[in-house]
Order: sequence, then C-alpha cells, then structure tokens
Amino acid sequence: MTEALDWLARQFTITFITGNRYKLFLTGLRNTLIIAFGAVVIGTFIGAVVAMIRVHSAQSGKLRALDRLCGAYLAVFRGTPIVVQLLIMYYIVFAFIDNGISIAVLAFGINSGAYVAEIVRAGILAVDIGQTEAGRSLGLSSGQTMRLVVLPQAIKNILPALGNELIALLKDTSVAGYVTVKDLAQAGENVRTLTAEPYFSLIFVAAVYFLLVMGITKALRAVERRLARSDRR
Amino acid sequence: MIVVEGLVKKFGGNTVLDDVSEHVRSGEKVAVIGPSGSGKSTFLRCLNLLERPDGGKILFEGEDITDPKCDADAVRRRMGMVFQHFNLFNNLTVLKNITLAPARLKIMTETEAEESARALLARIGLPEKADAYPSMLSGGQKQRVAIVRALAMSPRVMLFDEPTSALDPEMVGEVLDVVREVAEGGMTMVVVTHEMGFAREVASRVVFVDGGKIKETGTPDEIFGAPRDPRLREFLSKVI
Ligand SMILES: Nc1ncnc2c1ncn2[C@@H]1O[C@H](COP(=O)(O)OP(=O)(O)OP(=O)(O)O)[C@@H](O)[C@H]1O
Ligand SMILES: [Mg+2]
Repeated sequence: MTEALDWLARQFTITFITGNRYKLFLTGLRNTLIIAFGAVVIGTFIGAVVAMIRVHSAQSGKLRALDRLCGAYLAVFRGTPIVVQLLIMYYIVFAFIDNGISIAVLAFGINSGAYVAEIVRAGILAVDIGQTEAGRSLGLSSGQTMRLVVLPQAIKNILPALGNELIALLKDTSVAGYVTVKDLAQAGENVRTLTAEPYFSLIFVAAVYFLLVMGITKALRAVERRLARSDRR
Repeated sequence: MIVVEGLVKKFGGNTVLDDVSEHVRSGEKVAVIGPSGSGKSTFLRCLNLLERPDGGKILFEGEDITDPKCDADAVRRRMGMVFQHFNLFNNLTVLKNITLAPARLKIMTETEAEESARALLARIGLPEKADAYPSMLSGGQKQRVAIVRALAMSPRVMLFDEPTSALDPEMVGEVLDVVREVAEGGMTMVVVTHEMGFAREVASRVVFVDGGKIKETGTPDEIFGAPRDPRLREFLSKVI
C-alpha cells in the first residue's frame, strides 16, 4: 500500500515538479489552444467565403473560374493527410520563415477551411430554395437575401457541424510536433523522455485533451439550446 | 403593361414554354389555367425573371426586361409574387416579413414600413399576429401575410402561383377573399389557379395553357361557356 503511494508520489514529482516540468505542459497547452483557435478562425473565414462562392456560382452560373479554383482547393486539402500538408508548408512553402506555431496555425486553418466550406455549403443548401425566391421576388439582391434570410436559418444547420470540426481540429493539432512546435502532445512526449517513464506524462496529456473536448461539447450544447429556443418553429 | 413576345423556356432539352405571346393590360385580372406540367408556373416565373427565358422578349411598362443589361432587382420591386407554399421568411416575425424589403430597399423608412405593415395586417384581420413567427400561423394565415408582404412594396402588378392549392379546404375561402379584395382595388393581376369558380368570378380574362403553348384565351364566359379548343374542353370536363 505505502509502496504504491510512494510510487505515485515519485511519478508525480518527476513528471510535474522536477525542473518545473509543469511549465512544459502549460506551454504545450497554450500552444495547442493558439493553434486550434487560430486555425478555426482562419478555417471558418476561408470556409464561409468558399461556400458562398460555390453556392452563388451554382445558383447564378457566374464566377465559374473561381468556383473551379475552390473545387480544386477542396479536392487537394481533403485529399492529402494533414501531416504531409503541415510538412510541405513548413519545409517548402514557408521555408524562409522559422516560426512553427504561425505556420501550424496557417496549415491547420487552410486545411480546416476545406471541411468548413462543405459544412457551410450543406447548411445553406438545406434552407428551402423558396426562401431565396421570396427574397429575390421582393427585389432584394442575392447578397441581401443571403445575409438577411438564408444565413440566419443556415446557421442552425451549420453550428453543430462546426463544433465537431473544432473538436476534430483540436485533436489534429497534436501532430504539430512534426514541425518543431511544442504543443501539448509534444510536451507529454518530452516529459516522457526526460523522466524515462511513460505513465503519468502520456495519460495526463490524454486527460487534458479529453477535458478540452468535453468542455467544447458542453459549450456547444448550450449554444444549440439557445438557438433552438429562439427558433420558434 | 406586360407584353410577352415569342417566349421560349427550356429545361435541358425539355421545351417547357414554346413561343408564348401574351399581353397583360393595366388593371386586367388574368387567370392562367391548364393541366399540371403545362408550364403555368414557369410562365409566371419568367415574368419576374425568377426563370431566365431562353428566347423571346418580355416588356414591362415599356422596358425590355429580358435585356441582359436590365436590372432584375429593380423590376422585381415593381412586381409582387405570391407562392404556392407561402415562403414566409422563417427567421423573421410576421411584421419583419412585411417590412424587410420596403425598409431595406429604402422605399420607406423603418417607421413608415412598420406603420404600413400594421395597417395591412389589420386589413387582413391579423393585427395581433405582428410579433408571431410564421411557424405559429395556420396555412391560410401564412398565405394572407404573404400577400400583404408583396403588397407592402406597392407593386404595379401581382403574380399569384396557385395561392390556395397548398391549403386545407377550410382555409381556401379566407385567402381567396384577400385576393378578391386586391382585385377590387384595381391591381393588375396574373393568377395561376385551379379554382375554376374563382377564375370565373374574378378574372377579366382567362388564358388556357397546354403543352407550353397558350391554346385559347378569352373572357370567362367565352372560356367556360363556349370553349373551342378540344384540349380545353377535355380539361374543363375533368376539373369542373
Ligand atoms: N427547375 C426545373 N428544372 C427542370 N424542369 C422543370 C423545372 N421547373 C419546371 N420544370 C418542368 O417544366 C414543366 C412545366 O412545369 P411548371 O411547373 O411550369 O408546370 P405547371 O403548369 O405549373 O404545373 P402544376 O399545375 O403542376 O404546378 C414540367 O414538365 C416540369 O417538370
Ligand atoms: Mg405550377
């Protein structure tokens, strides 16, 4: 019994206390959050723009060239692994910049944009075309109809899927270590090497990811409930 | 007011409107009748450019609206449309449904639009529904709101696409009453309808469409009393 407690205490000490190793985890957590939230902002922006272009092009037959470009973007970024995209960004596209975190934010953001674009597009297409026709028949422009009528309804379809994308993204960022970023997963790996003990470091890191995901899930549920309440349908 | 010349509309290889010509004069109430799939809705939707014609010309108050340089939004502001499935904006209250376009398009100020909307709601007997959402209304109430939403733009002409055919029978009357009132106010109207009794009573002229062509046109008495086209006779024998 005391042996077990001794073991736990020793593991705890070498994992968190010795050499202020808890700071490694804190830095890792901070970097993970920066990458995930930075990327989600970039991804949402890119995704929304790409979705608008594609929907507008499909409805009006305009912007054909831009639509093709968007299609190619989706195909490439959804068709290759994120780790490979990350490495290409770091070692080729931005080889002249030595800031792993910024490049990771960009790489994950651009990758996520491809998924968000499809989420937003599906959300818009799920709104009855009659809503658009009614708006246009009153003389509202396509932009006004989109902004005032279609998007407010589409957001209810989009938000839950966007939340899942954020969760997937958060976990995906655990490969940021490939481009020298000291993220949360990398912190666990780092401490595992330093302590030559895998248990505490790795399971602790897993628990932190898990709690983050649970937190996001809870927050999303609350938002969805709010939306459902205002949605008196 | 609306002159249609040689209108052609195709969906893929399917010619839905085949060389249709028609002249709707100011103050006329034109009922469009015909079998399902004959192109009635497509004809109506071409008039306000919800469908782009593939051939022919449409003049609205002298302006060629099929000209690619024509501002379709500006044309639609002068044409109201009422849909079979109402298409009220689900995210907005009844009042906002009515004020959205007039206020956004700067036809009225927000306050004027709201006053006018409340007056319109009173006219159709729904003043207490101003702050309700469309989901809280019956089908008949939705359609009455949809009609005044279009009227709020003070259009020069109103287009109705089977305004009562998605309604439960007991609600048809209340909607037809509103349409009738609009007609009595002198509005120019084109109404696609399956309600032959209504067409007979309200229309000043009836147009029979079949297979993408206008087969016969005349006063209600002519069309219902002495139909000449054999397809029209066959159609009337089925629906009356
Ligand atoms: N967007 C579209 N794409 C392809 N075909 C279409 C489209 N809209 C209509 N059509 C076809 O055009 C033809 C005429 O349709 P339309 O809706 O104008 O008929 P309608 O006379 O209004 O019929 P109903 O009485 O059933 O409403 C039909 O064969 C229909 O299938
Ligand atoms: Mg129809």
